[in-house]
Amino acid sequence: MQTYGPYDPSVDYVPGPAPRPKYTGRANEAGGAETPSWRPLHMSRRNFLRGVACSGVVIGGSSYLFSGTTPARADTRAVERLVRLTVNGRTHSIEVAPNETLATTLRYRLGLTGTKIGCNQAECGACTVIADGITIYSCSTLTHRVRDSEITTIEGIAGEDGTLHPVQQAFIEELAPQCGFCTPGQVVSAVALLNRNPKPTIEEARLAMSGNLCRCGAYDHYLRGVMKASERV
Amino acid sequence: MTDVMHNFELFQPATLEDARAILGDHQDAWILAGGMDSLDWFKHRVKMPAVVVDIAGIPDLHGIREEDDGGLWIGATTTLTEVNESELVKSRFPALAQAALHVASPQIRNKGTIGGNVSQDTRCPYYRDGFPCYRAGGNTCYANTPTAMNREHALFGVSRCVAVTPSDTAIALTALEAVFTVERAGSRQDILASDFFIGPAIDITRMTALEPGDILVGIRIPGKWAGSRQYFEKVADRQTWDFALVNIAMAAKMENGAISDISMVCGAVECTPRRLTDVESLVRGEKPGQELETLVKRVASRGAEPLNFNHFKIPLMENLAVRAIRSLA
Repeated sequence: MQTYGPYDPSVDYVPGPAPRPKYTGRANEAGGAETPSWRPLHMSRRNFLRGVACSGVVIGGSSYLFSGTTPARADTRAVERLVRLTVNGRTHSIEVAPNETLATTLRYRLGLTGTKIGCNQAECGACTVIADGITIYSCSTLTHRVRDSEITTIEGIAGEDGTLHPVQQAFIEELAPQCGFCTPGQVVSAVALLNRNPKPTIEEARLAMSGNLCRCGAYDHYLRGVMKASERV
Repeated sequence: MTDVMHNFELFQPATLEDARAILGDHQDAWILAGGMDSLDWFKHRVKMPAVVVDIAGIPDLHGIREEDDGGLWIGATTTLTEVNESELVKSRFPALAQAALHVASPQIRNKGTIGGNVSQDTRCPYYRDGFPCYRAGGNTCYANTPTAMNREHALFGVSRCVAVTPSDTAIALTALEAVFTVERAGSRQDILASDFFIGPAIDITRMTALEPGDILVGIRIPGKWAGSRQYFEKVADRQTWDFALVNIAMAAKMENGAISDISMVCGAVECTPRRLTDVESLVRGEKPGQELETLVKRVASRGAEPLNFNHFKIPLMENLAVRAIRSLA
């Protein structure tokens, strides 16, 4: 019998550190499963944080985020308008405030948190997305500006079945991401370059990637990744 | 540090007439084109206009056209990437293409417009951080004190304010003697580059002749310098994102190995693009060579009055002028 949960009859519960599963040779001989391990279902750091936010503990933080975009009752300027935004091939109808940036919309209205907000002032490139084939900083673009554009974020780079884009695969092989925070932007910039110019010279690649900062300093790894990916697209 | 932007009313007119009507109704409206500078002002909460007019959707303000005299017309909301990738610009005015290529980073060039680049406000950190300086309507310059950090500030033309022009394309356009078409109160005015950029002695709160409510429609580059020998170089602390410490743009015509006509402009040394008239009159009719370079070096920075930390700009400026002349040899 497969058992999930905190209580497992095949485990000896004794006071002390880390409970260890008791070895029984018979279970395997009988064709049973390996010692079942306790594994929370669909648990990730972000889901956990979301759960906490919904329970109201950090709701103050999210109200801060939208403090500029949620209009005060008397303020008639910040009226949210319904726009249709095409992101990764899907059209979303969402209400957007006039002063809302694309990065905010993607992350907090559409839940596309792959796009990172680093500096929030067009100086780092972590928020890079593709709009109509060209890369832009989504932190410094009003969402209303791009409502007629086709937007591609990092979530739309890999295939539907999870197959990695050659750029992503090459970045893994070249050990490009270290802390990983700039990686979504780097991937998007590299993909936009290869869509436009599948066989760039290293100087062209360097120029195209020059709008993305990497605080770990892995620029050469990213550059090697771009050149490796260009051989495969 | 950035903050959430303040609440504002956003208009996105589709025609120039609509934009004019909106600007007529709202005296304090802020014109947004690429937004690469505007949104930073809003996020830093230094400027908080109640009304923002996004002019990027107006087709009349966009594009690159050939002119009858061999020059070009460039719409104000043409992006810098479009300018530096345009074959027309590259073949006729390579200095402008180079200048557009050296602005900020690829993503900024993809969205930032040439009109915004030439009319952006100065990058003096004291002014940008919201200090109540002369330019912000106060009565002190925080960049010109014994302890101020002013290595990026002006060498020439100081009148209370020591800020410099931040734009790269403005330098190239001034060297190419461009004309700026401005829509003001229903009529169009053509303003020469030499009059478009204004120093603190004329108006300390503005960098250009644009007044509130004015729309920069486009920039016309006359055919005078089309296809001439051109040069652009920018020196900055970083290769991307950064503003120039000194930049130089030059257009020159050669006849029998001698310089027959020349226009040379230096940026980031004065509040406006600085035309090096001393160098121009010195080299006209001369053949480029070591002798001429020595003389150019002597006169290029004549009259400079450095502040505490920007003495390095003097040799930098002289060397850039020499390198521009050397490119003609």
